[in-house]
Amino acid sequence: MRRKFRVFRYKPGWSRHRYETYMVDLPDTATVLEALIHIRRDQAPDLTLRHSCLHGSCGTCGMRINGRERLACLTPVAELPDPITVEPLYNLGVVSDLVVDVPAFYEKFTLIERPLLRRSEAPAQGKPPEGIPAFTRLESCIECGLCLSACPVVATDPYYLGPATLAAAWRLVEEPRGKDPAAILALVDDPHGCWRCHLAMECSEVCPTGVHPARAIVSLRAALSAAPKTLSQEENPTHA
Amino acid sequence: MSRASDFHVLIIGGGATGAALAHDLALRGFRVTLVERGEVTSGTTGRHHGLLHSGARYAVRDPESARECIEENFILRRIAPDSFELNDGLFVAITEEDEAYLEPFLEGCETCGIPTQVLTREQALQMEPNLNPKVRVAVRVPDGTMDAMRLPLRFLATALSNGAVVRPFTEVVDLLRRNGTVYGARVRNHITGREEDLLADVVVNAAGPWAGRIAAMAGVDVPVRPSPGVLVAVEGRWTNMVINRLHPAGDGDIIVPQRGLSIIGTTSWVVEDPDHLDVPPDHVRRMFEKGAEMVPAVGHARLWAAWSAARPLVGSREASTGRELSRTFKCFDHASEGVEGFVTIVGGKATTARAMAETTADVVCRKVGVSAPCRTREVTLLPHTAYYDLLTTQGF
Ligand SMILES: Cc1cc2nc3c(=O)[nH]c(=O)nc-3n(C[C@H](O)[C@H](O)[C@H](O)COP(=O)(O)OP(=O)(O)OC[C@H]3O[C@@H](n4cnc5c(N)ncnc54)[C@H](O)[C@@H]3O)c2cc1C
Ligand code: SF4
Ligand code: SF4
Ligand code: FES
Repeated sequence: MRRKFRVFRYKPGWSRHRYETYMVDLPDTATVLEALIHIRRDQAPDLTLRHSCLHGSCGTCGMRINGRERLACLTPVAELPDPITVEPLYNLGVVSDLVVDVPAFYEKFTLIERPLLRRSEAPAQGKPPEGIPAFTRLESCIECGLCLSACPVVATDPYYLGPATLAAAWRLVEEPRGKDPAAILALVDDPHGCWRCHLAMECSEVCPTGVHPARAIVSLRAALSAAPKTLSQEENPTHA
Repeated sequence: MSRASDFHVLIIGGGATGAALAHDLALRGFRVTLVERGEVTSGTTGRHHGLLHSGARYAVRDPESARECIEENFILRRIAPDSFELNDGLFVAITEEDEAYLEPFLEGCETCGIPTQVLTREQALQMEPNLNPKVRVAVRVPDGTMDAMRLPLRFLATALSNGAVVRPFTEVVDLLRRNGTVYGARVRNHITGREEDLLADVVVNAAGPWAGRIAAMAGVDVPVRPSPGVLVAVEGRWTNMVINRLHPAGDGDIIVPQRGLSIIGTTSWVVEDPDHLDVPPDHVRRMFEKGAEMVPAVGHARLWAAWSAARPLVGSREASTGRELSRTFKCFDHASEGVEGFVTIVGGKATTARAMAETTADVVCRKVGVSAPCRTREVTLLPHTAYYDLLTTQGF
């Protein structure tokens, strides 16, 4: 199939971004990521984009496709009307073309220090062999930043911890793995923490791996309301 | 004796191999710059199957690779804690023919030092209730699941913390040569659009399936065959252990669980240009069929993604399917072909990247007359998130 792409282009030093149009011939099963890789290979060698796993596990290929946050590697071109507009994620700052400032994501995410491994929940009936106390798996959050891009609060409050960080916090409260959940709850119990969210659910709608940050935020609030008052609540009675 | 810090090494390629090499050389005290044309791990590395190999797959036919895998498997568990789903793996016999392979398989594993435990049908089904109930016998081995990008990021993070410079979106467009010596590379920064010359005492070609292209810039030939394979991810975590078919390595005979997915692989053919990979629909169908023979549920699971990646196999020009090529690695010091200052490291597996780096760093030391022992077996790697923290300080 022959498809039309409108791609956001920006390089440091430009006064503003522009859109370039590319026509691409693709197999019927192609994803937006494959299309962009073809465009870079055959038409625009200076187009910068991030990709790694090609199956929704690394989280590098997040972008806005026809206005919506998606992983390019999981978005079939055949599903989309022409022209297909591809833009970088919001709220992280653009470095070059579709590449955003990834360190800005980790600045807040790493506050939580959530381990990468968690208990495995499926298949439920499996019994680990001798020597393996419990089956484990990698955490679902792939650090893609889609939720940050979609969140209206992140867009207006630069201090907001944001959906990915709050979801990671809830994972530690849910399964502490040797860490102290009270310290995590104290961290998110802040006007720029879990109380800042509007619960409009945009984050959960765009999350590609079912992390459901909005639900995590509700759970954090519930845990804080149930827990004995923390120090920060006493200091900031406005949001107790 | 010269000091390592007197020398600058330029690494071309930010895959598993280049990442592990940057870490090794930085630990030995070299000044290191790594350039990668796209985001790091955007070549073969990020796309691989995610199997932390026990080596069992190669124990019968490729014992050299098998030994490398089991040795590195145990080292990685130590230096990269919290990186792997360590649920072990099963080799399952479904047919009588599979069962006949049990004896040579166990012998091969024993020779290569791979621990095994033979399990009855009932024991195997207890661990993995979604296995084909026709399973006759299973063998437990120390396979695991890795995150194909985040393990190399840990090597890179640690390299950055030891002074290495990492430059993504920086492509080598030519090598700088004078009188048969490579003394650097001309690179193009795709973010700024600028070209510049990076000078180096040694240039290491770690460009994976693209290594042939880089070597050609130095006028030498490396026998690397880009050998693609198709991988298919289906929705659902149908097992916790890695499931392998107990038979000689073939198509679609490994299922690697990862997060909430099950990934079936792979196939194998040979191409000329690793930038032109397709995903043949019949290969995708074959993954579903072959996968379902071991775990029937994956046959009906929803397709999540299908993609291809090119192995950088070392072998003769004649290989046709890629399966007959060894999975071990090779380091070429091109001085033997009259080109000084230039080394190529190619082949291997993501599992053996640390060993590949050790061998290559030893060659670099010898070339420049530095004596600095390898320390990568002991040093615990920083978490993957540190990569982005440290990259900021370099002005990403
Ligand atoms: C289908 C498949 C499944 C696999 N499964 C597994 C597995 O489960 N477990 C395992 O251990 N191994 C697996 N492997 C093997 C493993 O993926 C590879 O051996 C390993 O990733 C190779 O790493 P590398 O760094 O050598 O190459 P690459 O990752 O390809 O790195 C080379 C880099 O060089 C860059 N580059 C190229 N040209 C230039 C240039 N001119 N300038 C700058 N940079 C350049 C490329 O962009 C690329 O990122 C699998 C391989 C395939 C194909
Ligand atoms: S639910 Fe909260 S965190 Fe999620 S997008 Fe809305 S405001 Fe942001
Ligand atoms: S919570 Fe979901 S959308 Fe947000 S970073 Fe993690 S995986 Fe991406
Ligand atoms: S390339 Fe890894 S999530 Fe898309």
